[in-house]
Amino acid sequence: MEAKDYLKDISEIKNLMNKSSRFISLSGLSGILAGVYALIGAAVAFWLVTNHSYGTLLVDGWVFKTCVLILALVAFFSITTAIFLTTRKAKKNNEKVWDGTSRRLILNFLIPLVTGGIYILIILAQQKYGQAGALMLIFYGLALVNASKYSIGDIRYLGFIEIILGLICALLPGYGFILWVLGFGVLHIIYGTIMYIKYDKK
Amino acid sequence: MSIITNINKAFDHRIRLGIMSILMVNEYADFKTLKELLEVTDGNLASHTKALETAEYITVEKQFIGRKPNTRYATTKLGRAAFKKHIEALEKIINKQ
Repeated sequence: MEAKDYLKDISEIKNLMNKSSRFISLSGLSGILAGVYALIGAAVAFWLVTNHSYGTLLVDGWVFKTCVLILALVAFFSITTAIFLTTRKAKKNNEKVWDGTSRRLILNFLIPLVTGGIYILIILAQQKYGQAGALMLIFYGLALVNASKYSIGDIRYLGFIEIILGLICALLPGYGFILWVLGFGVLHIIYGTIMYIKYDKK
Repeated sequence: MSIITNINKAFDHRIRLGIMSILMVNEYADFKTLKELLEVTDGNLASHTKALETAEYITVEKQFIGRKPNTRYATTKLGRAAFKKHIEALEKIINKQ
C-alpha cells in the first residue's frame, strides 16, 4: 500500500470517529437569531421597566410578570428556530436529525440547564432575586461546556465566556441587565456569525 | 525489523478499520448504526464483524429490545491496544515519507 492510501485511512478513521460520536449539524444562523431575539426581548423589558415600574419592581406586579413572559418567549423562539434550522442543515448534510449523537448532545446539554432552571425557580420562590441573572449565565455556560463533547468543539469556548460573565454578574449585581444582554444577545450573534462563516458557508 | 510489521492485517481493510474507528470512540454501537455509518450491506458488515470477533478485538452482544433482536458491538482491551498500535504504525509510515 502507498503512503497516500495510509493518509486516506487516517482521514477516514477521523471522519468516522467524529461522525459516530458528535452531532455537527448545529446551525450558526440559529445562534445569530437567538441573539437577536434576546436583544429584542431585553429592549422591550428595559422599556417596560423604565417607563412603567416607577423605580421599584414588584414581583406580583404586571411589569415583572410581563418580563418573565418575555423571557419565556425568547427561549421558546430560540429553541424553535434552532430545531427548524438544524433539521434543515442535517437534511442537507444527509445526516439524521434524531440519532444516537443528537440524543446524547441534547441529554448532556439539558442536565446542567434543567438543574439550573429548577434551582433559579426555587430561589425566586424564596424571594432571592439578586442572583437569577448570574445563575442563568453560569448554568447555560456549564450546559454548553458539557454539550461541546458531543458536538462542534467550539461551543466549549462560548460556554467558558458565559460562565465568566455569570461570575462577574454575581459579583456586580448592578450590571446584571447589561451582562445578560451581552451573554445571551451579543455573544450569540458574534458566535453564530463565526460558526456560520466557518461551517455553513461552504 | 521493518515498521511495516506493526501494520495489523486485521485492520488492513476499509470496513474493518471503520468498525474499529467507530467502536473506539463509542461505548458500543449496534448493527444498524454501523451499517448506516459505513454504508455497507448486511452480509458484508456481518463478515467483517465476524472476522474482528474471531480475532477477539470486539465482543458481540445479542439481546432483544421489545421483540426486535438487537446486536451490539464493543471493543475488547486487546482490540483497543491493537488498534492503537496500528495507528502508530500508520503515523510512522506517513512521517517517513
